[in-house]
Amino acid sequence: MAEQLYQRDVYGRTLVKLGSLDRNIVVLDADLSSSTRTNLFAKQFPDRFFNFGVAEQNMMATAAGLASCGKQVFLSTFAVFAAGRAWDQVRVSISYNNFNVKIVATHAGITVGPDGASHQALEDIALMRVLANMNIIIPCDGPQTEDAIMAAAKNPGPFYIRLGRSKVATIENKGEFKFGKAQLISEGNDVTIVACGIMVTEAILAVKNLAAKGIKARLINMHTIRPLDNEVILKAAQETKLIIVCEEHNIIGGLASCIDEVIAENFPVKVIRVGVRNRFGQSGQPDELLKEYNLSSLDIEKAVLSNISQSVK
Amino acid sequence: MANKLLTTEELVIQARSIRRLIIQMLAQAGSGHPGGSLSAADLITALYSNVLRFNPAGPQWPDRDRFHMSKGHCCPLWYAVLAQAGYFPKEKLFTLRQLGSILQGHPDRKTPGVESASGSLGQGLAIALGMSLAAKVDKKDYRVYCLLGDGELQEGSVWEAAMACAHFSCDNLCAILDANGCQIDGRCEDIMGLEPLAAKWQAFGWQVIEINGHDMKQILAAYEQAKTIKNKPTIIIARTVKGKGVSFMEGVIGFHGRAPTQEEAQRALKELA
Repeated sequence: MAEQLYQRDVYGRTLVKLGSLDRNIVVLDADLSSSTRTNLFAKQFPDRFFNFGVAEQNMMATAAGLASCGKQVFLSTFAVFAAGRAWDQVRVSISYNNFNVKIVATHAGITVGPDGASHQALEDIALMRVLANMNIIIPCDGPQTEDAIMAAAKNPGPFYIRLGRSKVATIENKGEFKFGKAQLISEGNDVTIVACGIMVTEAILAVKNLAAKGIKARLINMHTIRPLDNEVILKAAQETKLIIVCEEHNIIGGLASCIDEVIAENFPVKVIRVGVRNRFGQSGQPDELLKEYNLSSLDIEKAVLSNISQSVK
Repeated sequence: MANKLLTTEELVIQARSIRRLIIQMLAQAGSGHPGGSLSAADLITALYSNVLRFNPAGPQWPDRDRFHMSKGHCCPLWYAVLAQAGYFPKEKLFTLRQLGSILQGHPDRKTPGVESASGSLGQGLAIALGMSLAAKVDKKDYRVYCLLGDGELQEGSVWEAAMACAHFSCDNLCAILDANGCQIDGRCEDIMGLEPLAAKWQAFGWQVIEINGHDMKQILAAYEQAKTIKNKPTIIIARTVKGKGVSFMEGVIGFHGRAPTQEEAQRALKELA
């Protein structure tokens, strides 16, 4: 059994590591530090941690002010609040200024679970990716969360990093993480599956099941949404003719839309979207919700099987 | 400080020349916001002439005092003052709002001396708070000034920032409220009442200094007093007249966001001669 980690635990520990390496790092939170795990940094470096209470808009614009003075800012809240509640602050004060603010949003997606629709961010990728200057990383597991945080620390400019609430299994043998370069998880030429975040785990299961049926699927972990690795997408379009995109997000505006845009302009092939089909979420356990919203490995497998005959067979 | 301190008489003359530049820039641009630029002209002229520590030759000097204009639509005033201070040549002022200009319709970091964009109201006080916290983290003694509009106070995010500035005891921060009593759709008190302003800010934990925002003696005294306040932020509530200095613009709501015509500009410049 693979190691299971909370991405936000890894995030908190990485912040502490960064904090001792770099005096210039400050961390902000909005009354969720025990959930986002910025409390680990707060405990270690109380002089460089600021809690804004339940005031996300204020936290975002204050981050911009700190960054204008040369501070490297990491800040956290839940994805619904980071991307939704404070969007205009992110747009005008952070993104337009091209400031060094790293927004690490936790509790993204349907697997937030029992808290229900108000707390399940299914729109945040869409909201963030339309902002010029914004970089977006969605790590697929615990260790990749550290890679994402380090990449954000190393590269100047605003970042949005999307983390989940639940534990995720560590994906073995996925190779080195390179910001802006997709990871090839498995080789194959019958179909391409592109996934991000926890959907990579679901996709790995689907790839195994498909292999048993004689279908060789190429699996791409698209951990960086912006800048997008266009090259790997075009290659997949040319070599496999069918692309299945899997994301824990609305099918509108997220990873699937990114892929659609590249494909439509350059090499049109069929793209099938596995995602939340324009509905709000609801309360439930994460695994129940993945099934209810057709995001499970079986749904990915079904999407492949019902479309592959038309394009390959 | 870039220049030697000006006397109040010299400041009055300086502010008049800033107002002339504002009128000329806006008439040339054909659009923009004269009303609030003119109402805050005395406050910001005095700030840059006698209060702020800065170095136009090294705009990134780490110990500089910070100024941020939260009511970004009044940037013609900011640009005129920055040009006067030597951040860029005055000729540049007449490129305001033109394609490719360093002087955008609302503040942008392209402009030397501008620390952060603004234009979407209600965010600037939080930006100033960030600058204030950075000084604390870095143990620097620079001060942070932020110009707010009164209509802007209707944005809830201003009060989030107000709460936080007091919570973090930001005594290096001084907000300047250009209380001209007007906003786009009419008088503030008719559109969405804001009074009692002083009591509101006091209740949020701020030191309040209320002045006539066109009296240079009162303005300078307020800035000096603000420097002495410890453990809490200060707001200077400056009662002003929108369009101040141009008789046919004073208190006229329509001049919030309409540039003067060439003919109006000529009349205005005569009054400001």
